[in-house]
Amino acid sequence: MSLFDIFRKRTTAPVARDRLQVLLAHERSVIGKSDLIAVLQEEILAVIARHISVDRDAVQIKLDRGASFSTLEIDVEVPLDAKMKKPATGAGVPASV
Amino acid sequence: MGKVLVVTSGKGGVGKTTSTAALGAALARGGENVVVIDFDVGLRNLDLVMGAERRVVFDLINVVQGDAKLAQALIRDKRIDTLSLLPASQTRDKDALTIEGVDKVIAELKEKFDWVICDSPAGIERGALLAMRNADLAVVVTNPEVSSVRDSDRIIGMLDSKTLKAERGERIEKFLLVTRYDPQRAARNEMLKVEDVLEILSIPLLGIIPESEEVLKASNVGAPVTLNNPNSAPSKAYFDAARRLKGETVEVVVPMDRKGFMGRLFGRRVA
Repeated sequence: MSLFDIFRKRTTAPVARDRLQVLLAHERSVIGKSDLIAVLQEEILAVIARHISVDRDAVQIKLDRGASFSTLEIDVEVPLDAKMKKPATGAGVPASV
Repeated sequence: MGKVLVVTSGKGGVGKTTSTAALGAALARGGENVVVIDFDVGLRNLDLVMGAERRVVFDLINVVQGDAKLAQALIRDKRIDTLSLLPASQTRDKDALTIEGVDKVIAELKEKFDWVICDSPAGIERGALLAMRNADLAVVVTNPEVSSVRDSDRIIGMLDSKTLKAERGERIEKFLLVTRYDPQRAARNEMLKVEDVLEILSIPLLGIIPESEEVLKASNVGAPVTLNNPNSAPSKAYFDAARRLKGETVEVVVPMDRKGFMGRLFGRRVA
C-alpha cells in the first residue's frame, strides 16, 4: 500500500457498476443471438447441401457484434473432390439433421 | 376490465412478496379493487406475509384444475374489504399449472377486479413465465447489488419476449422498484446508486424503498407493511409507488425512518 492509498478513498460501488456494464453488454448479445446462429447454420448448410456434398462440421458460422456494426463470418470447407450435384436431385430438400 | 401486473425479479429474496403485499394493500386503501395471486406453487408465502395462512381452504391449483370455484378460493382481507388473495398450493408442484388454466383464471379475475397482481416465483422457469404471461405491466424488483441487477436484466429480456403482449408485438410496460436502498451507503459509494441501476437497466423508475426494520416487523405479524405502519418510510415509498402505478405524477423521494437520539448517536458511521 502506497502513501497515496491512505488518502485516496477506495470505493466499491463504481467497481460494481463498471463490472455490470461490461457483463450485461456481453450477455445481452449472447442471449439474443444464440437462436439466430443455430437457424443460420441449418439454413446455410441446407443451401450448400443442395449443390455439393459437404460435411456438417465443415460449415462454421460466427457472429461478432461490434459497437457500430456486426460481422457474419461463414467458413465452408469444400473438399477437393467435392462433386457438383445435379440441381434437380437435391433442390429444396433440407440437409439431413 | 382490470389491469394485470406481475411483480418479478429473477433473483430470490429481493422483496417480491413484500412488494406485492405492500402495493396491493396500498392500491386497495386508495379505493381500488385488488386481488393478489401467489404463483410460487410449492413455496407459497404471500398468505403468510398477508396474515391469511390459517384461512386458506382452496388454492390456485384447485381453481385451475376445476376442483374449486374461484369465489371459493379467494380470501378477502380482514382489514380492507377491497383486497383479496388467491393463494398458491403448498403441496403440489409447478407442473400442476397449465397455460390454459392460468389464462382462464386471470381472465375471470380481470372481470372482477381493477388490479390483478401476480407475485412471481424466483427463477426464469415455468412458474415465473406463467406469472408474467398475462401481464399488462411489470414491476421489476431490484436490490442495489450486482447479482440482483444482472438477474433483473435477464427478466426484462424475458418480459419483452415471453409474455402474451410481446408475442402479439405489443409493448409491456415495465417499471423498476429498487428495494432495500440505503441512501447513506450509496452516498459513500459503498452501494450502487439508483441512477446507476436505472442507467444499466434503462426502464422507468416506480419507486425507491429504503432499507427498514419496519418490513420485518410487518411480516412478523402478518400484515403488509403499508397497513402495519402506514407512516413508516417504506410504507410512504410504497404508497407513492402505488399512486404512480395509477398514472399519477409523484416526485420520487427516499423517505427515511426517523431515528431516536441513541440511534442517531450510534447509528451514524464514519465514512
